[in-house]
Amino acid sequence: MLKTLAIGAAFALALIPAASHAAGGSGHVEDFQFSFEGPFGAYDQNQLQRGLQIYTEVCAACHGLKFVPLRTLADEGGPALPADQVRAYAAENFTVYDAELDEDVPAKPVDHFPANTAAGAPDLSLMAKARAGFHGPYGSGMNQLFKGIGGAEYIASLLDGYTGEEKEEAGTLFYENTAFPGGWISMAPPLSDEQVEFADGHDNSVKAMSQDVAAFLMWTAEPKMMARKQTGFVGVLILTVLSVLLYLTNKQLWAPHKGKKSA
Amino acid sequence: MSGIPHDHYEPKTGAEKWLHSRLPIVGLIYDTIMIPTPKNLNWWWIWGIVLAFCLVLQIVTGIVLVMHYTPHVDLAFASVEHIMRDVNGGYMLRYIHANGASLFFVAVYIHIFRGLFYGSYKAPREITWIIGMIIYLLMMATGFMGYVLPWGQMSFWGATVITGLFGAIPFVGEALQTFLLGGPAVDNATLNRFFSLHYLLPFVIAALVVVHIWAFHTTGNNNPTGVDVRKGSKEEVEKDTLPFWPYFVIKDFLGLAVVLVIFWAIVGFMPNYLGHPDNYIEANPLVTPAHIVPEWYFLPFYAILRAFTSEVWVVQIASFVTGGIIDAKFFGVLAMFGAIAIMALVPWLDTSRVRSGRYRPMFKWWFYLLVFDFFALMWLGAMPAEEPYASFSLIASAYWFGYFLVILPILGVIEKPLAEPATIEEDFDAHYGEKSDAATPAE
Repeated sequence: MLKTLAIGAAFALALIPAASHAAGGSGHVEDFQFSFEGPFGAYDQNQLQRGLQIYTEVCAACHGLKFVPLRTLADEGGPALPADQVRAYAAENFTVYDAELDEDVPAKPVDHFPANTAAGAPDLSLMAKARAGFHGPYGSGMNQLFKGIGGAEYIASLLDGYTGEEKEEAGTLFYENTAFPGGWISMAPPLSDEQVEFADGHDNSVKAMSQDVAAFLMWTAEPKMMARKQTGFVGVLILTVLSVLLYLTNKQLWAPHKGKKSA
Repeated sequence: MSGIPHDHYEPKTGAEKWLHSRLPIVGLIYDTIMIPTPKNLNWWWIWGIVLAFCLVLQIVTGIVLVMHYTPHVDLAFASVEHIMRDVNGGYMLRYIHANGASLFFVAVYIHIFRGLFYGSYKAPREITWIIGMIIYLLMMATGFMGYVLPWGQMSFWGATVITGLFGAIPFVGEALQTFLLGGPAVDNATLNRFFSLHYLLPFVIAALVVVHIWAFHTTGNNNPTGVDVRKGSKEEVEKDTLPFWPYFVIKDFLGLAVVLVIFWAIVGFMPNYLGHPDNYIEANPLVTPAHIVPEWYFLPFYAILRAFTSEVWVVQIASFVTGGIIDAKFFGVLAMFGAIAIMALVPWLDTSRVRSGRYRPMFKWWFYLLVFDFFALMWLGAMPAEEPYASFSLIASAYWFGYFLVILPILGVIEKPLAEPATIEEDFDAHYGEKSDAATPAE
């Protein structure tokens, strides 16, 4: 018993530097398991649609997706909404300025998501590629090789990383966050449990919603990922066959010149 | 090509003779691809083909990318996203082009280190080597300017830091920097001229590649033994060599295909691994990234640039002697360009009469240490400029210069080389022919 306690205490001590490092420095990013990881990973269409709903109801209040055309919501390898739903979604949620009419009109699928509206809220179109969740170790890049670059993991960890602590500095309110570099972020906790109701009654805890919206933002950053991986797979296959054929050709070609005296 | 006696193109039909007497282009192509090539070339010799492929790949993908790209500070970043989202196959074009630059540099570094090990720079191939170094320098300029075009944060701040190097040159630096940028800071004028030059330089490289090939087709290829091809007669030549087509074309294509399997896997499955996340943030002159890191292929020389701070005694002496004209910043710039320039001088710094490192027992180890030093510098270039990395960088930089300026000249004098094979044929047969012959003497 005493031994167990001693080991436990030793572990706890060993973890203290790690924990304090997470509070300052670069922040702690949890290695969430996303469906789109790895060479054969694919987007989960339902998860992207949930993420879109969370984005629309929560994030879009301040953030924008200015590089993402609304029509791509209907694309294969994305949320793949039916065309009429995309039209309805665009018209119901967003307006765009029409210079000819000199007024705001409902958005159409050809329009992009609006740019950000709140000061300081960055555009989220490429956020999942503009952040690295994993680094090192020792500048080697090995973690990114095995775990991925970790942009989606960073977003999910950030949304799920609020401790509830607040502080005010120079008139600005900061919120403690375990994933944010430096540990204090000016964005108020955007998500709370059961904030968004899904039609199919899917889990709407902060942790689940953080992953859903992170997956959606991975798609907005890399909408052609599934087609790209397919091209990659086919290309690797063809080039491998080509390599084998060239190997056999080369072998036969050179055979008369190698060890010919023994033949 | 002159030098090595071999069969030349003979026009046979009337039409062939008609063309040949007016424009001997078929003969030129024939002589070029049928060139006698040392038959003992090993797999380190495939990278020339990989490099030629990279140049074509970058030019072809680049020309198509230009059709959809807009070189303007307000539109460049969005036009890249347009390529990624709207252009048919645009995401593949861009990822191939971006990762193609990395493949280009992987290939050129292996190609350079192969030359350094087997003494490919030694007489009579000095011109081939120097042309190669100029190509490498132009590749760096092209790669750097290409990285600026997407107009992300690393593009902008990388351009600011690198053009700032020219600003460190005494007296003319500031004017030169303004001239390069087209204004007081990195802006639209900079983006436009970088775009123009990024399009131009690959064609200059292509022309120099022709000269590079012309030069080594005149001297003949080096080979792993460093022993010359016997040129007394065509029969002797045929014992040492095989024609480039089909023997080396097929062999090089095999090497290229295997390299492309890996390349395609990176493009398909992890296209952003070698990039920097900050470059997915649009350039903002008001926000400086926490760490400004160049692309991986510049890191070794970036480490040398940063190694020479004002606390290093060599820098202090240089500053004192020149009355402060050479300050730490300028010294770093000189060191960085010097580290590249010194490679171009290696034909005259290496005093050994033996070409191939295979027969140089002491040289070998210093060479392996240089390769290790190169990777160490690459790693250090990515690390923050603080201890212990600063001291490591200084040691690694010192070795880089020491290898070329001290070790190579001395080694040629004190080293006792091993016996080289008399001919290329002997080396080749030692691997493939004679052994099996000796094993079955009854036949």
